[in-house]
Amino acid sequence: MPQNEHIELHQKRYGKRLDYEERKRKKQAREVHKRAAYAQKALGLKGKMFAKKRHQEKATMKKTIAMHEERDNKHKAQDGAPQNAVPAYLLEREQVDRAKVLSNTIKQKRKEKAGKWEVPLPQVRPIAEDEMFKVMKSGKRMKKSWKRMITKVTFVGQGFTRKPPKYERFIRPTGLRMTKAHVTHPELKATFCLDIIGVKKNPNGQMYSQLGVVTKGTILEVNVSELGLVTPGGKVVWGKYAQVTNNPENDGCINAVLLV
Amino acid sequence: MTEPPQKIARREASKAKQDEAPTDASIIVQFQSATGETTGPQLDIPHNVTPQQLETLLNGLLSNEDKLPYSFFIEEQELLGELGAHLAAGGISVEKALAITYQPQAVFRVRPVARCTASMPGHSESVLTVQFSPCGTMLASGSGDTTVRLWDLNTQLPKTECKGHKNWVLVVAWSPDAQYLASGDMNGSILLWDPRTGKQLGACSGHSKWITSLSWQPAHRPGALPSSRFASGSKDNTVKVWDAATRRCVLSMSNHSAMVTAVLWGGEGLIYSASRDCSISAWDEGDGKLVRVFKGHGHWVNTLALSSGFALRTGAFDHNGKAPAELEEARARAAERYAEATQGKPERLVSGSDDFTLCLYEPSVSKTAIARMTGHVQLINQVVFSPDGRYILSASFDKSVKLWDGARGTFLATLRGHVGPVYQVAWSADSRLFVSGSKDSTLKVWDARTRKLKVDLPGHADEVFTVDWSADGGSVASGGKDRVLKLWRH
Repeated sequence: MPQNEHIELHQKRYGKRLDYEERKRKKQAREVHKRAAYAQKALGLKGKMFAKKRHQEKATMKKTIAMHEERDNKHKAQDGAPQNAVPAYLLEREQVDRAKVLSNTIKQKRKEKAGKWEVPLPQVRPIAEDEMFKVMKSGKRMKKSWKRMITKVTFVGQGFTRKPPKYERFIRPTGLRMTKAHVTHPELKATFCLDIIGVKKNPNGQMYSQLGVVTKGTILEVNVSELGLVTPGGKVVWGKYAQVTNNPENDGCINAVLLV
Repeated sequence: MTEPPQKIARREASKAKQDEAPTDASIIVQFQSATGETTGPQLDIPHNVTPQQLETLLNGLLSNEDKLPYSFFIEEQELLGELGAHLAAGGISVEKALAITYQPQAVFRVRPVARCTASMPGHSESVLTVQFSPCGTMLASGSGDTTVRLWDLNTQLPKTECKGHKNWVLVVAWSPDAQYLASGDMNGSILLWDPRTGKQLGACSGHSKWITSLSWQPAHRPGALPSSRFASGSKDNTVKVWDAATRRCVLSMSNHSAMVTAVLWGGEGLIYSASRDCSISAWDEGDGKLVRVFKGHGHWVNTLALSSGFALRTGAFDHNGKAPAELEEARARAAERYAEATQGKPERLVSGSDDFTLCLYEPSVSKTAIARMTGHVQLINQVVFSPDGRYILSASFDKSVKLWDGARGTFLATLRGHVGPVYQVAWSADSRLFVSGSKDSTLKVWDARTRKLKVDLPGHADEVFTVDWSADGGSVASGGKDRVLKLWRH
């Protein structure tokens, strides 16, 4: 490798050799054989590295040659048209893939009666009472401790009125009351923000189900009328079950997956 | 504290007088036709007369041999019950002579379809378009599996499968004398078929991109029978007129700067084309010159409809599916039906667009819209005139169907019931019922007079892409993404 530009300088001043082009061409032609000889002779690590580099070069060269040859190749005519035909008025319109007609109400009713559901989260961590409730002291001398405040998210419903404060045992703070859930449809992978209709079952116990406590693994009933689902009998579906997948008291929102 | 007895007695007496008054009172009425001219002298009729009695009276005045059905309107409100009750409810004064406008209704009555008589599988991809022939006896469907199928309505089974297209069949159109069936596909080629045998008669190639719409020349135009010409609109921004016998392109009109979404061959010698460049153009049918451009919409124009659309589509066939065999007679009959449909007034054109509005034009008169109909909150997918031209229906992606007045464009009613975007609507031949198909896989039959849902027709497993009601009113055909064609009857 020349350290300076004396070669170029000489060429500029005195011109190139008369047989420069021919010698250059012949030298390049010999390069191929020289490389091959080196590849055969090189041993050890040097040999391995050179072989690897040469292999990569050969692979890319093969690919480019194949690509160039595509032009002359004959292809079998495409049978049939692409899938998912749409009529003319829907062409070039972005259509959100919506849920198709789904399970029968009869099947759903049968499942409900049997009480057996296949749910995405079959087991959840059991929550102890002292984690769920916080003891609230009451009374003139703040010695009575029969009141409990629920430290998890609850759902209360539209017509909810508290019991008279003097007699209410379980306090549901308004800050932890939520009415909407972010429900994901497992097949469409689309998430919708839907209203909660009610708490169906809390795996930690039926007392919590009655109180309306929403923890991870709770089954909720959500209002799916905005999805526009219709049963085969033509009835519009407006409520479906969904299971909570996060810890709502930590996140501030309820994330659930729809049970289809 | 109770009132003094004299006051109570006075109040009861005046109430009794009020209750009595309407029963034996009478009112002076003047019948006038839909165009405004008066019929017969002014008449003094009692308050408790019903529309049926008015009908008998009117038939007598007009000296009709057969008793024709009419519907009566007092100041745009339809008269449904007793005259006296209607006036009291509407608060209309009984002092001056009341003008009652009458509109003839269709003589035959179509029964609402209520059940699915056949689910005909056969297509291996979604059914994209379905059309009954103008005589109502044959049914053609185009599908994403590149075939056009003809179905036998008597046995409700597939009749012939017409192979020839290489891509999805997007549009199917019958000629007005039912001699030809034209189908356009996604590659831009149009094939002509003989509906009786199912054989391919020829191919018309010329468009470079997909065909969006086909429209045949109406039967009453001079030289139109036997069917010869049809127009096609395509994504390549052109409208081409073809001759069916020679399969050659006669005219090519290319003024649009974006895709042509709908093409309609009007009855007054103009071809209308709607495009995604927000304009509608009217072309002369003889030489293809641009006659008028209608600019009014702010976004893509999706669909067009003409007030004489039903008469143009059915040609010389009447509601029983019969037409005269002789060419001249057939042409005369078609001209007669066309004159009946337009009643001497110029044709009206309505267009629906992505800017959520419809525009009503009288294209041969002026290029400004008569009315702009707003109200939808999502794009409008299809507009249709009723067969008698009295109403306009618009199907929109906002899950509702809206009913508008066909002459002035005023809003009449919104029909809600679907839970998904409404794709297509079709009228029954007597303009009393219409059916709508939607993405939520149901069809719904509605009554145009009461503006209420009549029958709900679930049954499809997936989106319903296309619906059509036969011209004789007997059956409705629907097809969609579940690849099954369903026939619905009474």
